Amino acid sequence: MDQLAFIADILLPALWGGLLVTLQLIAAAAPFGVLIGAGIAVGRVYGSRPVQYFSRAYVAFFKGCPLLLLLFILYFGLPSAGISLSPFTASVLGFIFCNSAYDSEYIRGAIKSIREGQFTAGLALGMTRGQVIRNVILPQALRRAIPGLVNEFVYLIKYSSLAYMITVIELTGAGKMVATRYFTYNETFLVIGLVYLSLVTVTTIGAHLLERRVAVPGMASGRH
Amino acid sequence: MTTDDTILRVEGLAKSFGTTEVLKEISFTVRKGETKAFIGPSGTGKSTLLRCINQLIVPDRGRVYLHGEEVTHAGAKINQYRAKIGMVFQNFNLFDHLTALRNVEIALLKVKGMKEGEAREKALFELRRVGLEDRADHYPAQLSGGQAQRVSIARALAMDPDVMLFDEPTSALDPELTGEVLEVIRELAQNGMTMLIVTHEMRFALSIADEICFMEHGTILERGPPADLRDSPAFERTRQFAGRFAEL
Amino acid sequence: MDLAAILISWFPFLLTGIVATLGLVFAALGVGFVIGLPAAIGQVYGSGPVRFLVNVYVWFFRGLPLLVLLFLFYFGIFPALGLGDVSPFVVGAIVLGLHGGAYQAEIFRGAILSIGEGQMTAARTLGMNRMQAIRHVILPQALLIALPGWSNEYPTVLTDTSICYAIGVTELLTRASVIVSTEYIAMPIYLACAGIYLVLNYTGIKALHLLEKRVSIPGFEAGSN
Repeated sequence: MDQLAFIADILLPALWGGLLVTLQLIAAAAPFGVLIGAGIAVGRVYGSRPVQYFSRAYVAFFKGCPLLLLLFILYFGLPSAGISLSPFTASVLGFIFCNSAYDSEYIRGAIKSIREGQFTAGLALGMTRGQVIRNVILPQALRRAIPGLVNEFVYLIKYSSLAYMITVIELTGAGKMVATRYFTYNETFLVIGLVYLSLVTVTTIGAHLLERRVAVPGMASGRH
Repeated sequence: MTTDDTILRVEGLAKSFGTTEVLKEISFTVRKGETKAFIGPSGTGKSTLLRCINQLIVPDRGRVYLHGEEVTHAGAKINQYRAKIGMVFQNFNLFDHLTALRNVEIALLKVKGMKEGEAREKALFELRRVGLEDRADHYPAQLSGGQAQRVSIARALAMDPDVMLFDEPTSALDPELTGEVLEVIRELAQNGMTMLIVTHEMRFALSIADEICFMEHGTILERGPPADLRDSPAFERTRQFAGRFAEL
Repeated sequence: MDLAAILISWFPFLLTGIVATLGLVFAALGVGFVIGLPAAIGQVYGSGPVRFLVNVYVWFFRGLPLLVLLFLFYFGIFPALGLGDVSPFVVGAIVLGLHGGAYQAEIFRGAILSIGEGQMTAARTLGMNRMQAIRHVILPQALLIALPGWSNEYPTVLTDTSICYAIGVTELLTRASVIVSTEYIAMPIYLACAGIYLVLNYTGIKALHLLEKRVSIPGFEAGSN
C-alpha cells in the first residue's frame, strides 16, 4: 500500500515532467537523424571522391565513438573552443550525429538494392542526377530502410537516457532524483523501465502501421 | 536527300570498354518520320549505340546532332536533349514505387515543369494511346510484362520526343506478350514518329522499318531498305540472318 | 603546458582504463554468450513455459536503456540481495552481459532457425536423441552462421561499456574524465579518448574478420541450406 501511494503520489508526477523532456529529445533528434543519414548515404553512393571520404569518415567516427563520450565532447569539450551549448542542445546534437551515422548505413544498403536501370531511366527522361535521386531513388530506398530505421529509433528512445549524464533531467534523471531522495531504487527504476518498454512497444506498433501505409505492391520492404 | 528534314545525325561514333572496341566510327542520319531498325548478333554494340546517342554512355569520339545542335559535349544542357529523345528499355525500368499514371507524369512535373492537372491529363492521354487507361492506378508489380512495356512507352511519349529509341523492347517478354508491344510501335511508325529500334524481331523489323542496319563487331556491315537487304545479301552474316527471315 | 607531455604523463593511468574497458567487453561478451545461447535454444526447442520465460527476458533486457539497467542493478537489486559490496566493475560486467545476452539470443535464434528441418530429421534417423542432435548437428552449424552477426556485437558492447561510467567503474571514459577535471583541458583529452575507442573498435573488428575467415567452411554460408 505504501509503495503504491509512493508510486502514485510522488514517483509518477515526478516522472511526467521527465517523460516530456525525453519525448522532446527524441522528437528533435529523430527527423534530422534520418535526413542527415539520407544525405550521408547519398554522399557515399553517388558523391565525388572527397564527398565519399567525408561520408565514410563521418560514419566511422560517430559509430565508433561512444555516445556518452560524444555528449561529453559536445557539452564539456566545446566550451574550450568557445562554443557553449545548453545540455538539451548538446544532447540533441549528439543523438543526431550518432543516429544519422547508423541510419545512413541502412539507407545506403537500400539504395544499393535498387536496380540500376531505374537511375538510367530517370536520366533518359531528362532528369538531373539530383532529380533522379530525390524522385526515384530515395522514395524507394527510404521505404526499404524502414525496418532498420525503426530499429535505430528504438535505440534512440533508449539511449536518450544518456542525456541525464550531462544534466538533462529527462525520464531517467527525474527518476534518479526521486530514487536517491526516497531511497526507492527498485520501484523507481522498474517503473521507469516499464515506461521505456511502453515507448518501445508503441513505436514498434506504429512502425508496422506506417510500413503498411507506405507499402507499394510488389516492392520488397527490405525485411529479410 | 534534303538536309532540312534530318532530325538526328550521328558522325563517327566510337566507344571502347577497356580494350574492346564496341563501336567503330558509326555514322548515319535519321530523317523525320523515318524508322530505322538495327539488327545483328548480340554484343555487337547496338545497345551501346543507342545509349551513346542520348549520352547515357559517353562516346570516346564522334558527334551526335539533334536538329543540327550538338548533343555530345552538351554539358548541363544534356538533360534538355534527353527530354527530347525518348527511350524504351529492354527491362522497362519503370519506377517501382509509382503507379502507371505517376510513372508517366513524373518527368512532366519535374523536367517539363507542368502543373499537376495538366500533367495528369497528358499522362492519361498517353496511357489511352497505349490502351492502358484502365491500369493507371496499378503499380509496376501489378502489370504484366507487356503492359509494363506499354506504360514505359507512354512515359517516353509523354515528353513529346523528336525521336524514340527502342532498346530491344520485346526481348524480356514472354512470346505471347510481344504482339501487344509491337502493335503499339507499329502504330507509332504509321503516325510518323521518328524511331530507332534495336530488335531481334526480324519479321517485325522488315515490315515496319524504312531502313535496316545490320551491325556486327561495332560497325554497320550493311544497310538498306528491307527489300534490298532481303533479296541481295552481300555478306555471309547477313545472308544467315536473311535466311532466317525467310523461314519465319 | 605542453599537451603531449600531459598525455604522456597520464598514459599509464589511461592504459589501466583501457584494460578495464577491454575486461568489461570480454566479460560482457562471455556472460552474454553463456546466457544468450541457451536462451536461444530454449526459445526454439523449449517447452511453453521455457519459451515464455526467455521471451520475457529478451523483451525486458532489450527494451530497457542500459543506463536504467545499471542503476536498477547497482543501486537496487544488488543491495536488496545483500550484495551491496560487489564492485561496480562486476555489476557492470553482469549487466552488460545480461543486456548483451538478450541481443545474442536473437542472433543465435535466427541462426538456429535458418538451419533446415532436414538436418534435425537426419540426425534423429541416425539414432541421436534431441539433445544430441542439437549439440552435434544443429549448434556447430548455427554457431558458424551466427558468427558474422555475433561479431557485430563487439563494437556495440565496446561503446556500451562507457555507460558504466555512470556507476563509477573506472574504465576508459571515467579515467579520461578524471584527467579532464584535474588538468582543466577537455577537448584534447576527450578527442584522444575517442581515438582510443576508434582504434579498439577497428582492431577488434579486424580480428573478428580474421576469425570468421579461419573458421569458414567452403560453400557454407547463412541461408545456404
